[in-house]
Amino acid sequence: MSGTMTISLKVWRQRDSDSEGRFVDYVLSDVSPDMSFLEMLDLLNLELVRKGDDAIAFDHDCREGICGTCSLYINGRAHGPLKGVTACQLHMRTFHDGESITVEPWRAKPFPIIKDLVVDRSAFDRIMAAGGFVSVHTGGAPDANTILIAKETAEEAMDAAACIGCGACVAACKNGSAMLFVAAKVSQLALLPQGQAERKARVEAMLAQMDAEGFGACSNTYACEAECPKQISVSHIARLNREYLRAKLA
Amino acid sequence: MGKETSLITSSVGQKLLMALSGFFLCSFLLLHLTINLFLFGRDGGATFDTYAEFMATYPLIRPLEIVLFAGFLLHAFVGTVLWVANRRARPVRYAVTKPGETSTLASRVAFITGAFVFVFLVVHVNTFFVTSRFFPTGATMFHMVRDAFRNPWYDAFYIAALGFLGYHLKHGFASAFQTLGLRNTRYENLIDAVSVIFWLLIPVCFAAIPLYFLWLS
Amino acid sequence: MILDSKIPDGPIEKKWDNHRFHMKLVNPANKRKYHVIVVGTGLAGASAAASLAELGYQVTTLSYHESPRRAHSIAAQGGINAPKNYPNDGDSVFRLFYDTVKGGDYRSREANVYRLAQVSGAIIDQCVAQGVPFAREYGGMLDNRSFGGAQVSRTFYARGQTGQQLLLGAYSALIRQMGTGAVRFFERREMLDLVVVEGRARGVVARNLTTGTLESFLGDAVLLATGGYSNAFFLSTNAMMCNATATWRAHKRGALFANPCFTQIHPTCIPVSSGHQSKLTLMSESLRNDGRIWVPKKKGDDRAPNSIPEDERDYYLERLYPSFGNLVPRDVASRRAKEMCDKGHGVGSTRLAVYLDFADTIERHGKAWVEEKYGNLFDMYKQITGEDGYGTPMRIYPAVHYTMGGLWVDYNLMSTIPGLFVLGEANFSDHGANRLGASALMQGLADGYFIIPYTIGDYLASTSFPKIEESHPAVQKAEAGIAALTQKLMDVQGSTPVDVLHKELGKILWEHCGMTRNKAGLEEALKLIPALRERFWKDVKITGTPDGFNQELEKAHRVVDFLELGELMVRDALHRNESCGGHFREESQTPEGEAKRNDAKFSYVAAWEYAGTGAKPKLHKEPLAFEYVKPSQRSYK
Repeated sequence: MSGTMTISLKVWRQRDSDSEGRFVDYVLSDVSPDMSFLEMLDLLNLELVRKGDDAIAFDHDCREGICGTCSLYINGRAHGPLKGVTACQLHMRTFHDGESITVEPWRAKPFPIIKDLVVDRSAFDRIMAAGGFVSVHTGGAPDANTILIAKETAEEAMDAAACIGCGACVAACKNGSAMLFVAAKVSQLALLPQGQAERKARVEAMLAQMDAEGFGACSNTYACEAECPKQISVSHIARLNREYLRAKLA
Repeated sequence: MGKETSLITSSVGQKLLMALSGFFLCSFLLLHLTINLFLFGRDGGATFDTYAEFMATYPLIRPLEIVLFAGFLLHAFVGTVLWVANRRARPVRYAVTKPGETSTLASRVAFITGAFVFVFLVVHVNTFFVTSRFFPTGATMFHMVRDAFRNPWYDAFYIAALGFLGYHLKHGFASAFQTLGLRNTRYENLIDAVSVIFWLLIPVCFAAIPLYFLWLS
Repeated sequence: MILDSKIPDGPIEKKWDNHRFHMKLVNPANKRKYHVIVVGTGLAGASAAASLAELGYQVTTLSYHESPRRAHSIAAQGGINAPKNYPNDGDSVFRLFYDTVKGGDYRSREANVYRLAQVSGAIIDQCVAQGVPFAREYGGMLDNRSFGGAQVSRTFYARGQTGQQLLLGAYSALIRQMGTGAVRFFERREMLDLVVVEGRARGVVARNLTTGTLESFLGDAVLLATGGYSNAFFLSTNAMMCNATATWRAHKRGALFANPCFTQIHPTCIPVSSGHQSKLTLMSESLRNDGRIWVPKKKGDDRAPNSIPEDERDYYLERLYPSFGNLVPRDVASRRAKEMCDKGHGVGSTRLAVYLDFADTIERHGKAWVEEKYGNLFDMYKQITGEDGYGTPMRIYPAVHYTMGGLWVDYNLMSTIPGLFVLGEANFSDHGANRLGASALMQGLADGYFIIPYTIGDYLASTSFPKIEESHPAVQKAEAGIAALTQKLMDVQGSTPVDVLHKELGKILWEHCGMTRNKAGLEEALKLIPALRERFWKDVKITGTPDGFNQELEKAHRVVDFLELGELMVRDALHRNESCGGHFREESQTPEGEAKRNDAKFSYVAAWEYAGTGAKPKLHKEPLAFEYVKPSQRSYK
């Protein structure tokens, strides 16, 4: 592709968690359609720094769609308009010359803003710490092939395990619910034989922590599934619900 | 791992309450419609009135009535609690959102459609149930219904409310299966098919009744 | 300084067992009295922190990420090796050891590599127990595949996301310890200095990236698991934040840096599209199993690839290496691509790319077959370039992807600073001059799960630790030094953003210390880098304030170190006048243009001692002895 584009940006700027934020307008020219969305922000930041302005803070790292660090709400969509794609893998050719783009941080009470577009997602770690693991110590594990797992089961567990913990599910949900994130881990470990021993305790503990963090409840709009960059299915939420019932009643 | 949750206060527990009470209300809806369909009978409302009489006087019905009202109130109350909590989970709203690209309108407005249905129920219960039970005028239930439905304004209100009910169930019925963990790819289509009965067929049947009386008059 | 590798006595298969028996143990009741600082939460750091906490040690973990789960180990695609011999195809610990030493072009330490091969099986067991969803066969057993040209199928994998799944496994072990309070995790903390007291590593000074304040974390031993330095090149397949600051600042405190010129270039990456590009993306080298690599015979040929007739294409790898063809090792494939582009045969708008063509395979097996095998890679290519790799050949070019060099460590993974241990890619020990595919994950987890828990005990049990507090002069001095450096950076207020200067450094390194190196180029780089460093300190522009979240300042700290480390890489490359593995000196090649080692002169680890910025570092040599795998010249003709 050739030719460059000019883009109007409306970016959320907020000095720190205690300050008031606001949108700031920028116009950026010489945007190549081959740039990723984050490279476009890099370009804007170069301009800002050259002018002596504070660069826009945004979280990013691997830029290949796997680390889950980038977290931008672009034109009303978590990770932008494409399906199954993180913001770092969104390219400017998706937009047209002269388009105006609004960039916001993830918005949820449990994700307080640190600066500009950077939010604190440590709530996810605390949910994981409550029960997102199998309690095995290093050493002493039996030979790997003593645990047989049907191929389909392994595949389904892998579908759930593909979660990158980016928080797009929370960002996209009108309730700010973390159910898809929690469900992905509960489902993975409920499917696998390794997760059986702590099956009941896990779902209870993770859900208790999820509620304590202040995430909303799931109202089955399935926006999370639509926005998940790893396209994790809401059938895992159904399994989570099942696991919860099982823990409570069985 | 050691933290426990309560079925009553946890978000998933409350969702389960919503699903179970929702199903219970759906079952009542089915019963209600079955009886109402006798309104179409060509017996001047005799069969209908028999059932109405039975419902009003049979001793076992009274406790069931209380359970039913409790079910309504529980569904409305927990729904409101969840709605408030869900609003609180996002204190700062987005400037730009495009929810239509990721979810259905029915799923997003379930609380609002539910609220309309609730308002309708207050009026509806007052029109028929409260009057017949506590301030009887001597008119049979059939006549009460017929008279009420001869008012086109009331009919419009009634039908609109059924529209909301249908839209509420369009999301709610299938959603309850998901909440109860029963929805998966194997049953998805079946659930959606049965769902049509509840969100479309039943409200349409209900709506036919005022139209029928309006046409008769 | 005499480099003592502390390789245990005895036959190679008994060394680790003997050593484990002879190492001192810390009494279970005493373990909680020791405090270990772990920097980095990738495979090595997370597995080490979790395992040490399980044993009962107090552990403090730092990461510049917001969560331990974000470390770049997550991006590894291919798999992890272990000689389980499940497929019954002749694998063994000795074969994995042999392949790794040979693959490293005889520049690694035999004893370390053997131990790595020995413990690798237990890694798979451990990960499976954690719930890592490795690929399975229909009968429920683990599936293996052959990878990176290995003659046996010993690679375990979880789709194309093995690194992610292994990291999430280690993360789950770590977070379990965080939940119980056995590990205290500090997010968004970047280590900026090492605290050395009476010659021993006792802690680190870190910048709280959220608030900008400097914080000291003190303990009895420090573990660095901070990854490699590929980002010195600016453009690499590493994540944006990967950096060498932790290891480099430890180096400045006295830890020797070994084999810095050993960098690995991966041949099948998506080429640079423009000057704005921030990173490069790797596509699995399995693509070379079925794709054919070619360039137009005519220089500067502008025609679309599909309109270039067959007889005007040069399938140069098939021409040069009739028996291996497109499957020659990474370094050879990379170097030949560069050579073709240098001669003017490059394709695409930048002319820095070669074609990877699936047309023949699609014709032979059909598009569906290719889709099933490589669909995700074609999708990735399309996402990034906007082009359809099925209809027109993909463009590929090599990119920096891993660094074999790192801080020098002995057999116990301890650096030349007592109490400073270095794990994973951050150390130099196991891959010699070239790393084999599916070995990085193996090494990171071996170090963290199965080596450091033993060797650190020996150190702690045999050392007495005077109590130190933050008021200790060494801590105060280190903090003051970092505060001054930060202020100095902020005070420059020149006109050039950090990234621009970093890109310039990357360009110098890529041109003169990249896929091929020669004396003149390296000497040129030795002039260019100090000049660039000088310009950096005169002209860098950092906006914002130091007392808060400031990503420009974060980058500046990292580039300060890359500007010094880059010079050391060049010096090392200049001194090693031989070609081996990823280090190709044009002066040392066979008549056919292949790498030629000089074992008589260079069979040693080059470990460099810091002598001051810009000053010539002191070279120490650890001679390498090969008792079990006899060096031979590689040939792929």
